[in-house]
Amino acid sequence: MTAPLVVFFVLAALAVIGAVSLILQKHPIHSALSLIVVMVAIAGLYLLMGAEFVAAVQIIVYGGAIMVLFVFVIMLLNAGVEEHTNLSKMAGAPGLLLVLALAGFVAATVAKSGASVQATSQTGALSSTKGISEMVFKDFVYPFELTSFLILVAILGATVLAQREKS
Amino acid sequence: MVPTNYYVILSAILFGLGVFAFIFKRNIITIFMSIELMLNAVNLAFVAFSQAFGKLDGQVFVLFVIVVAAAEAAVGLGIIILIARNRQTLNVERVDLLKL
Repeated sequence: MTAPLVVFFVLAALAVIGAVSLILQKHPIHSALSLIVVMVAIAGLYLLMGAEFVAAVQIIVYGGAIMVLFVFVIMLLNAGVEEHTNLSKMAGAPGLLLVLALAGFVAATVAKSGASVQATSQTGALSSTKGISEMVFKDFVYPFELTSFLILVAILGATVLAQREKS
Repeated sequence: MVPTNYYVILSAILFGLGVFAFIFKRNIITIFMSIELMLNAVNLAFVAFSQAFGKLDGQVFVLFVIVVAAAEAAVGLGIIILIARNRQTLNVERVDLLKL
């Protein structure tokens, strides 16, 4: 087993354990901390794939900004341990079935098309940050400008939503 | 070099766990977190294919997904705060009426 493969399996195990922990934890703050583990593990996988810019953005935006927002809201609303009724426990069975069907479908598809994807996986080693900046500011400049507009709308929306009604 | 298959399978597993958490969890904040988990799983597949085909399009898409996820988190958490203020609960089973 080569070194990248070992690193991959360690990070993959970390991500899966974090995701399972997100489901099993009863308190939302513990789920949030589990999700941070998943995100850091995925950032590690991006680094392993040579996508260092995406890895940095993942840590800063997901691990930093978004999760801080989540933890902040959990503490603001004083969220307690979640309660499960009999009905919601029953939802687990069809959920599990659905997930198994989904995973089986994806596994079958990957197994069928695996050879063609694997054949091209040796290219690697792109100079990703320079290339990404060139693509974002040349080929994808209109979507990029649109996202700034989207962020503006999101700021306005969040401000209006969270505002207390004046009565 | 790690085969692309492994990344895609890991992405499918994480997405499946996200779907399961979305169905199983009852706290609205945790449900929202499982959506983020699904987005992360899809991002992983994007970067894996970007690396497999030697093109950067996938990584640019991931950046756009992250931007949209940030906007979604801001608006979604605003809605959650509003729900919690109006209903005094975060359990989705108690948020089953359109009118107050």
